[in-house]
Formats: sequence, structure tokens, C-alpha cells
Amino acid sequence: MLIEGKNICFTYEVGGSSFALQEVDIDIAPGEFVVILGANGSGKSTLVRHFNALLTLQRGELKVARIDVRNEQDVWLLRRLCGMVFQNPDHQFVSSVVEEDIAFGLENYKVPRDVIPERVRSALALVEMNGYEKRSPHTLSGGQKQRVVLAGVLALEPEIIIFDEATAMLDPTGRQEVIKIMQKLHRAGKTIIAITHYVEEAVAADKVILMHQGRVLACGRPQAILTNLELMQVAELIPPLPVRLYYDLQQAGIQLNRCPLTNEELAEAICQFRSNT
Amino acid sequence: MSIQIEHLSYAYRLPSGEKVEALKEITCTIATGDFVGIMGPTGSGKTTLLQLIAGLRRPTGGRIRLNGKDINAHGYNRNLLRQMVGVVFQEPENQLFATTVEKDVAFGLKYSGLSRPEITARVQWALETMGFDFEKIRNQSPLALSGGEKRRVAIAGVLATKPQILLFDEPIAGLDPYSRQHFLHFVTKINQAGTTIIMVSHNMEALAEYTRHLLVLAQGRLIDSGPTREVFIRLKQKHSGAFGQTEAQKITTLLAKNKLVLPAAVVTYDDLLSALKQELAGGGPG
Repeated sequence: MLIEGKNICFTYEVGGSSFALQEVDIDIAPGEFVVILGANGSGKSTLVRHFNALLTLQRGELKVARIDVRNEQDVWLLRRLCGMVFQNPDHQFVSSVVEEDIAFGLENYKVPRDVIPERVRSALALVEMNGYEKRSPHTLSGGQKQRVVLAGVLALEPEIIIFDEATAMLDPTGRQEVIKIMQKLHRAGKTIIAITHYVEEAVAADKVILMHQGRVLACGRPQAILTNLELMQVAELIPPLPVRLYYDLQQAGIQLNRCPLTNEELAEAICQFRSNT
Repeated sequence: MSIQIEHLSYAYRLPSGEKVEALKEITCTIATGDFVGIMGPTGSGKTTLLQLIAGLRRPTGGRIRLNGKDINAHGYNRNLLRQMVGVVFQEPENQLFATTVEKDVAFGLKYSGLSRPEITARVQWALETMGFDFEKIRNQSPLALSGGEKRRVAIAGVLATKPQILLFDEPIAGLDPYSRQHFLHFVTKINQAGTTIIMVSHNMEALAEYTRHLLVLAQGRLIDSGPTREVFIRLKQKHSGAFGQTEAQKITTLLAKNKLVLPAAVVTYDDLLSALKQELAGGGPG
């Protein structure tokens, strides 16, 4: 396992009794595309901030690439292994020129100067933003900004990339752009961990971890989690539209042959139903 | 409190000298008590339009009239404008600062001339309208609340000043589904009580289900406007891309490719469900 956690507990209050994480167990394999789903305040961000030691483990065990996250001397190694993209791209820029922004992390890690331009170039190519090197990030669209932020993370060549609601502030086009890059990185073998409460983004995942009130409520394939109405209701989430439609049609006596997760699967199931009648 | 927007333009210069036209020749009227949505990609001028309506920027062309009066005319009472128009910016939870929720919500009333008991009553009303138990929440630190709660407190702070027009910039971005529904429910309630609502959003479902009229911006221009359903139907006919389409509309497109043509008026989830029931009723497989 690339990430192995047992009995993780965490509280933000000093000596407090209300826990943001309660007895969380987690296993993530190398190359997996994992989506962590949950309502606001369910503990999603708190959990992933343990992976790169942004938060200090208070109780339980957690190893990332066999490194114990409590080892203080390994903090920088962990941060380099686990890249993180946050919600608002505007909060993540450090420079007013795209290429300088991407080079910032590399300079901090003392990557030799003559290597930096090539690393910046290939990171920009990965997010399909070549040609924007000299632009100011503030003149870019939401999706482009978030891709530049991601390039800054990729330049450090992390094994694991964590997207902490990285699509929440974007318009529909921007969201699609970022999701596309996520899938591309996954295909290239990176381990992707995406936090979201857009259930549609969980459809393509290898594994969905459903969180509620600091606990892992369920973990499994998207089909098993997203089509379970009871589970989704407990988690205070709304299932994807095709799932809702499947059950609402069922109530009206229209039984599709399977519960679809995507719009395409839904259209297919409806047309199949129609040709069978 | 009708808003008339006439040939409104806004341009500015970048430090490089390059001229950016954020809004070009916008003309439309927003009726008193309406619930208007503004749609458009990032950088289309949505936020600039809100700032102009709130009087936070001066137009470089055209005018905005509130009840017939040009808000940028010499001698127009800007204080009155601030009282009439409330603005909830993006991520308003970042603007909370007081030590208790009650103090935070009361801040905007500091110079309102209201007495202390009047202020308390107003704060209570605003927090209850946003779905809080006043006694439970009043002494809590706003910083200890969840994201969705913080946002509702921030909105209560604007609501407490009782604006007649309320402007929201991306109010549901980043909220989870339940918080999203709660918020839209509260806004509908405020709107039904007579407040004009103008809401910028990327969420097509929210725009389709809650707003009555829609303004569509692209590259600083008003490319469509009218009753919400009509605009969605037109956008689907005009553009083949995903922009400006609800999930239900995207599904009708997929079905049409498979020769199942649903009425063009299918815009919301409920529309889709009832159209499919009608189309598929009358027996199952076998």
C-alpha cells in the first residue's frame, strides 16, 4: 500500500472532545484514483492534510510510501511526494509570471538552475498550458489558473497528487479541463486523490471513500456507493442525476435494466428499455 | 425598485496600456421583486456588472437607473444606494471577523440609527431567516462554524441591513448539496417577501430551478436574456457545446441521438422525469 492508515483520530480543539476524525482506517494503492466524498465538515480535508504532514498525527498510525508521517526529518520528503492543489487558484499564486510561479517550488528544493527551465516546460506541457510561460496568472480563466497551479505541483514530480476541492470554484468548462488532466495523470500512473462533493466527479474513480462526521461511512467501487440511496442520504449527499432518475422511474413502474451512473449510460438504458417494449 | 440598465459599458487599462472592455453596451431592465440569474464563463463580466449595479464602480459608458434615477448622476445620494443594495461577494465567509456571531451580523447596523433592542431584533430576524436558532448561535465564534454555516452568517450580516435589492456573486460555489439547497430555499423565501434578487452562478441546475429571468454574458456582452426557461431552450438551440445547458438538457441531447426526441421545453430534472414517464409508460420489457 502507498498510503496505510489505522485508527486516525484528530481534534482541532486543545483538549477538546469533538473530533474532526474518528478512528479512520485508510488504504490507498499505488496508481489508484481515489475520490473522497462527503458533506462540508465531514473530515475530508482534515484527513488528506495528514498525508503530507500539514497536520500532525495525534492518534493512530499513518504511513505514506512506508514513511511514518510522524518522522519530523521526513516532512519535506513527504511534501514532495504528495503534491496538493487547493480550492481557490488565486490563493496559490506566488508570482505574477506563470513560469516564475512554477519555478518557485523547484528553487525552494534547490533544484539546479540549469534544470529548472526544462522542468517548467514539461510541467506546463502536462497540463496543456505551453505558450503561457510569460503570462500573468491573473489574466487567465479559472480552469487555466488551476492548471498552472497544478503545473507548479507537477514540476516537483510527486507520486501522489491531492486535489482538495480543486474544481469547486470553477465554471463548468474549467471543471471539465481540470478533470481531464486528472484522468490523464491517472493514466500516466500517478496516484490521484480527489476531494469533492460533486458526486459526478466520483463516477470515474477506482475507489470512493464516503465520509460523514469524521468517520469513513463506506468505501468501495463508485457503482456500489453512488447507487446506494440510503448511504448517500446518511452522508447528506445527493446521488448523481442518472441514479435519481432510475429510482424515480422505478417508482412509476418503469424498470430500467440497470442503475446508470453517467448520462451516457442512462440514455443507453432508456433506449434499451424502449426497444424492449 | 426597478433597475434600468442602458448601454452600460465598463473599460479599464492594464498597466501595459492595453485597454480591456469588461462590459459592452448592456441594456436590460430588472423588475422590482424579480429573481434574476446571471450566467457566463469566467471573465465574461458577471462580477463587474454586479459591482456597477451596487455602485462600487462607475460605468465608462451608459447608465444605471434605480427607480428612474441615475445612480451615478451628480448629487445622487450614494448612502441611500448603499442602504438599498446589499452585496454578498464570493466566499463571504472570509469576511467574518467579530468575536461572536451576533456582533458580526450587527456590524452593518452600527451607524443605522437603530436603538440597541431594535438592532438585536433585526439580528435575530436575519439569523432566523438564514435558518439558525438565535439563542444557540448568537454567542458562538464565527470562526468555529462549518463552511456552510459561516456563509449563512455572512449573508445574515447583509440581510440585517434590510436591502431592497440583494446581489449574490457565486453564493453556492463550494457548498455541499444540502447546504446548496438550504441556501436556495432561504433566498427564495427572502425573494417572496419582496426583495429583488440578482444571483451570479455557474450552477445551471440552480439557475434553471430558482430564477425567473436570466441574463447571459459572454466576453462582456449580453448575448441573451428573458424568462429563464426560454433562455435555456434558446441556448440549447444556438450552441451545441455544454455551455449553458442543464443536465436534463444534456440527457435529452443524448436521447435525441438515439432517436428518442423529448419536448424542447425539458429544462429541469422534474421536466425530464415527467417527459420520460409519459414516453416510457404503458408496459415494461416483455
